Amino acid sequence: MTRQPAPPRADAPRRDIAVADGVVTLTFSGSWRMDQTLPDIEAVRQALAASPAPQKLVLAGSGVTSWDSLFLTQCRAIIALARERGVAVDAGALPAGVESLLSLAAKVPERQGAARTVKRMPFLERVADMGYGAAEGVRNLLDFTGDVTLAAWALATGRAVFQRSQLTTLIYQASIDALAIVSLISFLVGLILAFVGAIQLSQFGAQIYVSTIVGIAMVRVMGAIMTGIIMAGRTGAAYAAELGTMQVNEEIDALRTFGFSPTQFLVMPRMIALVLMMPLLCIYADLMGIMGGFVVGVFMLKINPIQYLTHTWQSVPLANFWIGLVHSTVFGVLVAMAGCYRGMRCGRSALGVGQATTAAVVTSILAIVIATAILTVCCNIIGV
Amino acid sequence: MKPVPDTAAQASAAATDDPAIRVEGLTMAYGDFVIMRDLNFVVQKGDIFIIMGGSGCGKSTLLRVLVGLKEPAAGKVLYREGSLWDAPADTRARISRRTGILYQSGALFSSMTLAENIALPLSQYTSLSRKQIREVCSLKLALVGLAGFEDFYPSEISGGMCKRAGLARAMALDPDILFFDEPSAGLDPVSAHLLDELILELRESLKATFVVVTHELASIFAIGNNSVYLDVETRTMTASGDPKELLAHSQDPKLRRFLTRGQEQQKDD
Repeated sequence: MTRQPAPPRADAPRRDIAVADGVVTLTFSGSWRMDQTLPDIEAVRQALAASPAPQKLVLAGSGVTSWDSLFLTQCRAIIALARERGVAVDAGALPAGVESLLSLAAKVPERQGAARTVKRMPFLERVADMGYGAAEGVRNLLDFTGDVTLAAWALATGRAVFQRSQLTTLIYQASIDALAIVSLISFLVGLILAFVGAIQLSQFGAQIYVSTIVGIAMVRVMGAIMTGIIMAGRTGAAYAAELGTMQVNEEIDALRTFGFSPTQFLVMPRMIALVLMMPLLCIYADLMGIMGGFVVGVFMLKINPIQYLTHTWQSVPLANFWIGLVHSTVFGVLVAMAGCYRGMRCGRSALGVGQATTAAVVTSILAIVIATAILTVCCNIIGV
Repeated sequence: MKPVPDTAAQASAAATDDPAIRVEGLTMAYGDFVIMRDLNFVVQKGDIFIIMGGSGCGKSTLLRVLVGLKEPAAGKVLYREGSLWDAPADTRARISRRTGILYQSGALFSSMTLAENIALPLSQYTSLSRKQIREVCSLKLALVGLAGFEDFYPSEISGGMCKRAGLARAMALDPDILFFDEPSAGLDPVSAHLLDELILELRESLKATFVVVTHELASIFAIGNNSVYLDVETRTMTASGDPKELLAHSQDPKLRRFLTRGQEQQKDD
């Protein structure tokens, strides 16, 4: 659907330009409203630029039947043009409302330096700026990490102040509330792993090794990564949004002035909740993933259920289980830190909260992937 | 031209020389951008001290510096215990124990009920029993006209009620000094008037000192007995003293315009 240009109407806006003895007279008539196509001001510019230069510009609007802001903007533009050329303006003959609005708009002069001028900086300067920005970011992050470490020490020595009741709620949100989505996703990941493995393995009759693939993959790393990513999108984002809104709402200021440390009071319970619950969720995800593989193994590959489970049990080394738990604990720390860090650094506006939430999810997923890489290399070095 | 602070009313204030807060050479800045420089004033004990000035001149920022939320670029904020920004943590804690703040939006903790909001500072700083805390909460809420709202969440009550609940929380620890950030913003005229009455009553009964950021003229004249005027153009204070005296005697055209709602035009207009 394209918008048709409005057909010319009887009350179409008209602007007649008359020049006599150095006086330019603009006579407006008709309806000057937003639903009309208005004449542009090029003709006026030319009339004002003509030589000999006109002395005076008269705006007359007795024939204007109706008008809105669009008429005002045109008058304003014309007046600005005239001012530029040093031509005196007589706007007395415009409709009364127009004249008073125009003088109202001109009453307070534009504040010097208020209009933002965007200067394009040279390339090297922009690179340097980015570098400074990154350095500042690293400093802030180290600051926050230091705060969290101190708060964790206070917690360990029993001096940290926060609300126990809040911790219960947070733990509930980070565990029971997340079960459904963790179940679904881990189950499906197990199923997918089994499918992919089955296609290859059934070519040489080694279907039973599907159980090994699914078991090792889920228990060693996939369970932890999937819960990590789910919790980053769910709980990490929620933490950033909660703390960000508290920042906007001056609640964090209020806490500070009451002598509470926001790191102890707000960040610590969230850290505890995630760090305690992530390993449990991870174990649960491991089981759900194995279930997914089990379904494929038993119903598609026709493996004996008992055999599938015993084979899983025998072929997955216990070390993998611990590796998975270490992963998920680390992810818990990372997701909670990223969410809280972004929330605490949130700008004081709705826009800031949105940005903080986005940044929290991006940061935590990035951190999860990097941490997995580091942990995998470490495991390789110590040979597990 | 260097603005000359109006000293008309300082003589009377100096009679009871018991400063609650003394600000010396204070300069505030965001990064390199200086908002206000060279602020010098004294808040006497028992004052209702008004920080006034046009929108965006740094009134709220000054309040944040006074209560210890924003570090000044230069200068000192001196309380009885010492300089706020140079003091060790325990001194600062002692200072904040004596102060209460009513934020512009109320800033109630949205995850807690009104009673829990008020109970929070009490449980942090006192060793009262749960029952005693509950009783104090009911009392404070009753004082601000919110009796019976103990178990409501901030999202369940109106903005004006949030503000009053914020006041109840600010008073939880019976502070000596109460800071108000735009107390009447967003309140209807009657509620704003009632809040002014409440402030006056509290000063009588608690013998507390009040520092109020506002540009509500009615409040300024109704409650203020000392003030400082921050001028946005020169980025410093251009007058201080009793607002009523300032209105009567000040010669500063900008201040006069402010105090008369722009009725008196600047002379050079």
